[in-house]
Amino acid sequence: MDAIFLQILNGLDKGGAYALIALGLTLVFGTLGVVNFAHGAIFMMGAFCAVTLEKILTLSVRVKDESVTFFDAYKETPYLEVWFGETGKAIIDWSVPLSIILAIPVMLLIGIVMERSLIRYFYKRPHAEQILVTFGLAIVLQELVKSFFGANPIPQGAPDIVAGSAAIGAVFGLGESVVYPWWRLIYLAFSLLTIGLVFSFLHFTTYGMVVRAGMADRETVELLGINIERRFTIVFGIAAVVAGLAGVMYTPVLPPDYHLGMDFLVLSFVVVVVGGMGSLPGAVLAGFLLGILQSFSSMTEVKDIFPGIDQIIIYLVAVVILLTRPRGLMGRRGVMES
Amino acid sequence: MSETKNTRNVTRRTILKGTAATTGAALIGGTFPMHFIKNAHAQTFRGDPGSSGSVKLGFNVPQTGPYADEGADELRAYQLAVKHLNGEGDGGMLNTIKPLELKGNGILGKKVEFVTGDTQTKSDAARASAKRMIEKDNVAMVTGGSSSGVAIAVQGLCQEMGVIFMAGLTHSNDTTGKDRKRYGFRHFFNAYMSGQAIAPVLKDEYGTDRRAYHLTADYTWGWTQEESIKAATENIGWETVNTVRTPVGAGDFSQYITPVLNSGADVLILNHYGKDMVNSLTQAVQFGLRDKQVNGKNFEIVVPLYSRLMAQGAGDAAKGILGTTNWHWSLTDPGSQAFVKSFGQEYGFPPSQAAHTCYVQTLLYANACEMAGTFAPWEVIKQLEGFEFDGAGNGPTLYRAEDHQCFKDVLVVRGKQEPQSNFDLLEVVKQVPRSQVEYPADMFGGELGPYQV
Repeated sequence: MDAIFLQILNGLDKGGAYALIALGLTLVFGTLGVVNFAHGAIFMMGAFCAVTLEKILTLSVRVKDESVTFFDAYKETPYLEVWFGETGKAIIDWSVPLSIILAIPVMLLIGIVMERSLIRYFYKRPHAEQILVTFGLAIVLQELVKSFFGANPIPQGAPDIVAGSAAIGAVFGLGESVVYPWWRLIYLAFSLLTIGLVFSFLHFTTYGMVVRAGMADRETVELLGINIERRFTIVFGIAAVVAGLAGVMYTPVLPPDYHLGMDFLVLSFVVVVVGGMGSLPGAVLAGFLLGILQSFSSMTEVKDIFPGIDQIIIYLVAVVILLTRPRGLMGRRGVMES
Repeated sequence: MSETKNTRNVTRRTILKGTAATTGAALIGGTFPMHFIKNAHAQTFRGDPGSSGSVKLGFNVPQTGPYADEGADELRAYQLAVKHLNGEGDGGMLNTIKPLELKGNGILGKKVEFVTGDTQTKSDAARASAKRMIEKDNVAMVTGGSSSGVAIAVQGLCQEMGVIFMAGLTHSNDTTGKDRKRYGFRHFFNAYMSGQAIAPVLKDEYGTDRRAYHLTADYTWGWTQEESIKAATENIGWETVNTVRTPVGAGDFSQYITPVLNSGADVLILNHYGKDMVNSLTQAVQFGLRDKQVNGKNFEIVVPLYSRLMAQGAGDAAKGILGTTNWHWSLTDPGSQAFVKSFGQEYGFPPSQAAHTCYVQTLLYANACEMAGTFAPWEVIKQLEGFEFDGAGNGPTLYRAEDHQCFKDVLVVRGKQEPQSNFDLLEVVKQVPRSQVEYPADMFGGELGPYQV
């Protein structure tokens, strides 16, 4: 029972990340009709917003390290600590949550620049060409990040106060051994909140309503005199912010490296396809569903019966769903069908 | 008209005169006929520098992909080795390794040059790049790499092509076990040695009544390490609760870690390396494993193969964690100090264990050529086989003839609680003597193959 409860949490947690990436992916597809393979790279760049802020906050004064006698070595103390003492330390400790403030404008800008300078030229081109160009863009972005930050993962700590794990078992009347890292619980809450915000934006604001109208029937909206293209550019930026924030918050879970985006890209596409191309609720539902399935299939009891199932379950489910429901769980008629 | 007549008038006398003149000219000009030179070999071989004034070595390291930083450090070490071989810089371990015939004038008087290749930590890319260096650049020796999968693949290729391979960082028992090759040599230690070295320390630190849970990278190195560590810990009375294989590059290991919480295990052994180890260790700590009490004992995590670069990647999570390494820069023997000094002065930070093994491998190869008096690989191999030396860190070392595995002291290390500097991340708990990690040469099977291919 304890194990099942933990795996559900695990699945929801993973699912949160999948859903956030897939949400942006399907939003871009639904509005602009672009299959964006650079979306994983955007997630990665979000994560590196956190790395960058941490690097800035920990800019250090170099003092010769006398303990190393073989050669000239240097010790580093962050300026913030030198200037502000404990307050400086606390600011560094909170660098990941603080990165959100940095990541929102930066990711919005990256998204808009990306759309205006490259993606928009590919609206009318076949999907295969869109895939090629965005995939190329993803490689360029990740090589850029590698040349600045190196190839090794760079660990980012959660603030000390939430670095440990929560005795969540006691709350739900389970055993004492049932604990779960605080930060992962925060991540889950954060992803639910972000998903909620995106849906509220699309459903309860006029701006969102116009965007949805544009998704459904672009021509009519344009005939009404609305510059839908500009709104779609903003939507692309919003999708980049969502993926970027997912990346920022993910850094304490998984130390980011330049390849992080590619690791998530394929999975997020499977999530979008299973959920139904262009369907936002479908993407969220499929994200959580596949996250949970993946967690359960990694349990030793399951692996004993089906060895290696943890590595293929997602694709197996995708095959079954596409065979039984070719449009995915919540796909609409006419999307990617000619 | 008269010329034609002359050439037709060939007598026995003119032929003799001509032959003598040609031989004389050749002797004076420096192109000696082969039978006049000591240790000359009529047989040709790949990578033969011939009459050229330089010899080329092939450095095949991961320059892209997840181990790129490790590869970069290997390359730094190789460049330093080339400098020292050519008599530049302070000479490094050339001053400490004994016995040594190197004089700082290249190898056999030829200047050392090198070409580099990118293994990408993929077997096929590594083989393609090694092949290019052998066929196109005519390298006399190939070295490098930081994965056992790659080492075994390149070693196989080098055996087929008749070029010596001095392995870089590879820790699988198979490299000098069932996949050993006549043309392959490994200075780095292996999983079995890690097990033998760390078990007594684990016994002292955590006692004999422990229940271990293994998470293992699902490929040759992971499998042999799991097998070796399991055997060594069961030997000191530990019980193995479960062994779970995880895909290489899984990223998020949480679904493999949560089952550990309720398994009744009180030790988690991570048979992971590089990025996988950084991730699994960080996540295991996040799940509160190290704050846990199980069976009335503190829960412990062990990382059998440890490196400073990985400790750097794992940050605080690595503090207090036990593991083994081939070598560490804080060793105080003259060889290690000489190397750390040269490397530190050149690059501003200490070398990693990968850099150390690659540096030593290059010098050992060069020295074997010098001892053999030729680059002919079958003669160089004979010099390396059974070679005993000291002064390269890790104490007196033997290159065992039967499997081409080096035997030397192994280090048990612990993640430092209070690091003094950016790279002061591991402390040496114990330098385990060579005698404790030795094993019979036929234990893992395997055949070296022929000297000449």
